[in-house]
Amino acid sequence: MDLQIALFLGQDGLVNGAVYGLLALALVLVFSVTRVIFIPQGELVALGALSLAMLQSGKIPATYWLLVALAAPALALEIWRWQRGQLVDLRSTLVWTVLFPSAAGLLMLVQPRLWPGSLGVQSLVTVLMVTPLGPLLYRLAYRPLADATILVLLIVSVALHGILVGLGLWFFGAEGWRTPPFSEARFDWAGVSVSGQSLVVVATVVMLVLLMFLFFERSIIGKALRATAMNRVGARLMGIPTGLAGDLSFALAALIGAISGLLIAPITTVYYDTGFLIGLKGFVAAIIGGLASYPVALLGALVVGLLEAFSSFWASAFKEVIVFTLIVPVLLWRSLNSPVIEDEE
Amino acid sequence: MTREPLERGISVDPGTVAEAGLLRSGTGASGRGVRATVIIGVTGLALAWPFLSDFTVSLFATIALYAIVTAGLVLMTGVAGMTSFGQAAFVGLGSYATAWVCTSPVATAALGAWVAPGLLPWIGLLLGAGLTFAVSWGLGAVTLRLSGHYLPLCTIAWGLSLYFLFGNLAFLGGHTGITGLPALTLFGFSMASPRALGVLAWVVLLIVLWGLSNLLDSREGRAVRALKSSRIMAESMGIDTARSRIKAFVLAGLLAAISGWLYAHLQRFVNPTPFNLNIGIEYLFMAVVGGAGHLWGAVLGATLITLLKQRLQDWLPQLLGASGNFEVIAFGLLMLFVLQRFPEGLWPSLASRWHRWLGAPRLSPREAMSKPADADTHPQPRGFMAPAGISIAETRSQAQLLKASQVTRRFGGLLANDSVSITVCAGEVHALIGPNGAGKSTFFNLISGVDQPSSGEVQLMGQSMTGRPARDFARLGLGRTFQHVRLLNQRTVLENVAMGAYRTGQAGWLKSILRLDRREEAELLAEAQRQLERCALTAYAGASAGALSLGQQRIVEIARALAGKPRLLLLDEPAAGLRHLEKQTLARLLGQLRAEGLGILVVEHDMDFVMNLADRITVLNFGSVIASGTPAEVQTSPAVLDAYLGGVIEPEVIERS
Repeated sequence: MDLQIALFLGQDGLVNGAVYGLLALALVLVFSVTRVIFIPQGELVALGALSLAMLQSGKIPATYWLLVALAAPALALEIWRWQRGQLVDLRSTLVWTVLFPSAAGLLMLVQPRLWPGSLGVQSLVTVLMVTPLGPLLYRLAYRPLADATILVLLIVSVALHGILVGLGLWFFGAEGWRTPPFSEARFDWAGVSVSGQSLVVVATVVMLVLLMFLFFERSIIGKALRATAMNRVGARLMGIPTGLAGDLSFALAALIGAISGLLIAPITTVYYDTGFLIGLKGFVAAIIGGLASYPVALLGALVVGLLEAFSSFWASAFKEVIVFTLIVPVLLWRSLNSPVIEDEE
Repeated sequence: MTREPLERGISVDPGTVAEAGLLRSGTGASGRGVRATVIIGVTGLALAWPFLSDFTVSLFATIALYAIVTAGLVLMTGVAGMTSFGQAAFVGLGSYATAWVCTSPVATAALGAWVAPGLLPWIGLLLGAGLTFAVSWGLGAVTLRLSGHYLPLCTIAWGLSLYFLFGNLAFLGGHTGITGLPALTLFGFSMASPRALGVLAWVVLLIVLWGLSNLLDSREGRAVRALKSSRIMAESMGIDTARSRIKAFVLAGLLAAISGWLYAHLQRFVNPTPFNLNIGIEYLFMAVVGGAGHLWGAVLGATLITLLKQRLQDWLPQLLGASGNFEVIAFGLLMLFVLQRFPEGLWPSLASRWHRWLGAPRLSPREAMSKPADADTHPQPRGFMAPAGISIAETRSQAQLLKASQVTRRFGGLLANDSVSITVCAGEVHALIGPNGAGKSTFFNLISGVDQPSSGEVQLMGQSMTGRPARDFARLGLGRTFQHVRLLNQRTVLENVAMGAYRTGQAGWLKSILRLDRREEAELLAEAQRQLERCALTAYAGASAGALSLGQQRIVEIARALAGKPRLLLLDEPAAGLRHLEKQTLARLLGQLRAEGLGILVVEHDMDFVMNLADRITVLNFGSVIASGTPAEVQTSPAVLDAYLGGVIEPEVIERS
């Protein structure tokens, strides 16, 4: 291996690592706020990527029908609860079940006429379509079991993962898709060729991380989410609705999933089940951060990305094995640093 | 933390103790009627076996193989509260090990001189079991001190890695796999046909279920049950919970490997596909749908999912107009439905419905509770039995059992305990009192090994306990109760008390599984029964612990501590929630124990109780000792009066805080 290849692999690892980092942030967020280990995070990535591919080829992505199919029962459920006199947040319900689907639908209708072939608008449609899936899945699958153990919630996640992968196969077929890059530019820095798309990925990730940082540090809603993550009961006593926290963290996770999908679809061919592996690499990173620390999870994601890039050079057939086996030394290290046995919830 | 109110279980109605399904352990609804049904079902299957079509036979053989794996998951998930998505990978290890041993030129050349060809599969079984043991022990050890969700995440990574590994290793045939496996021969009888091997699979399954139910009905089984919700309690009873967890995981892995070995010789070829993560997830679905807390739920779940999968694979692709594994959608939806509607799985509901249909007069939980009649008119004084032996107070008294010197505990900037020193001698009742937030519970944790002091030293029976876990404290003769009662609510009072006798027994997993532990088990249960009698709880022995009132649960905890034959007893607010008469009987019991030479340290808020019972009292406030001495001395101490009645705050108290 010469320096040239090393730099090339390093760039590759950095770009992938940035995406894994985003996913790791979402996973840590969802876990700390709702105790859900959100395995289907990766499926949302695939949904994002493949929906954009469908829009590109001028079709209505089946993701939209999935959204409608989830929004309708979620809305019906809330209305039913409301009529039985239960406390229901109708406004947020309408946002997720009506506003987002209709905005996505409208934009999808007018886009071919107003902005024909516009990658940007199609990306926006994709984001509008995938983001509400988060809170809808939360409301339908997780919220009825909100008091269950982490283990039960994890099993729900795995069940959802199965459903979404199966649906993905049905929606998009077994063939893979690639979308055009957001930037065709190429730069040559010190003999290393850097693609514009890589820069787009890294810049988007950095911007999102900064935005998230500001959101959690400065905004009252962000602080409410942090409070819920620290002490669920205490936050509820202070008037922060647990449901809102769940909705928001899942929406953020789905948003991040959709954006990650948009970012990777030009770099790698995405199949219906590609998302799972990508999501799991985010998990390895999140676990490096103990499912608790955002900065360590980000660093971990870079390690995962670089490890993957370099092992694909040396032992390409075993690159998944190497990346997933990384979890063992990480857990061992964490295990040795946690002396006290704690009771599960 | 959301389960705390349930755990404390203030007179919880047994019907409402609906902890989310997987938490339920126990074989609950399996009464005699169910057992009869099972025997009839198995006999029926055996009789029909020769007449079933080849297709049905291989379907049933597959069900048995799946159920063997699922039974291991029931032990792990439903009983011990762990989960694995990677069981399919262990099945794969079992399959590939025997495939490699039986077909690889390297292996056959190396073994050919030593072993007859007919024995090769058995070498393969040993290799598969050995590999599985090593891997599962390793994965378990890596995650054993972390919270419970790291193991399943680890098994996802493991399941994926092994699948990719199988697919990429040339000597294992890559993605095409290995063909040409020999058939098993057993006592010279060839098991080439699925009809013959299916019989073997079902025999193995029945043996596995027998062994597991023996295990659950033993000393080690009780320890495994405690892993799910009460590890701290289990450690305080002397149970090495990390070891127990690993053993449960290893056992589940070994069962999967055995299933894989049978599978390889049933199919006669192996490739990576059936050992993919998806299949690992399917095994978990079987356990959850069937009923993760019930061994027969494994068989039910395996049957349902296998039949359903076979149906769905036929008509889902037609329905959706494409080919692919669409059954995962249906399975996922089924899982969500079961988890939300039948959190305990289908087995318990089916079993109880079956019961009703049989017309068996099964006691509802509520009736079962009212059975130990006169529950509320607590059997009075005759309850507490006089100690059997002569008092050995003289010989033991003055022996220092516990000595805490200058014990300090900081939580960040908060000084919870500041240089607390205390001694407890044999044959005395030492009370630790203080206002709320004085640091009593923190101190209790420090002297029982649940938490470690920031500085200072705790000595138990003359040994320094720095850095040693709670179970070492138990081993040296410390018995304790908890402020927030930690009982296994689903299990009977007797079983809960027998848990306390854990460390007085020897029988390990193997003995328990093979049912060679019966004499010792009888002794442990007898000891538990004795302690129940002594604490006047005999009437409740068969009731589930969660159904008792909080006060009674506290007494059960004392009985549990006594079953471990402690020399030093730590009681955390034993009188809280007791009625006046109950307090009197409790005081009498403690007095007797003192006369027997036990040292007792009690944290209590009830001043009447403390002042009448204690020989010495130590008062904590804001983390430090403000007074200690006899009850009379303490009662007149100005610092104590200030702390309790709020006099003029002295400057030095402010400084200490």
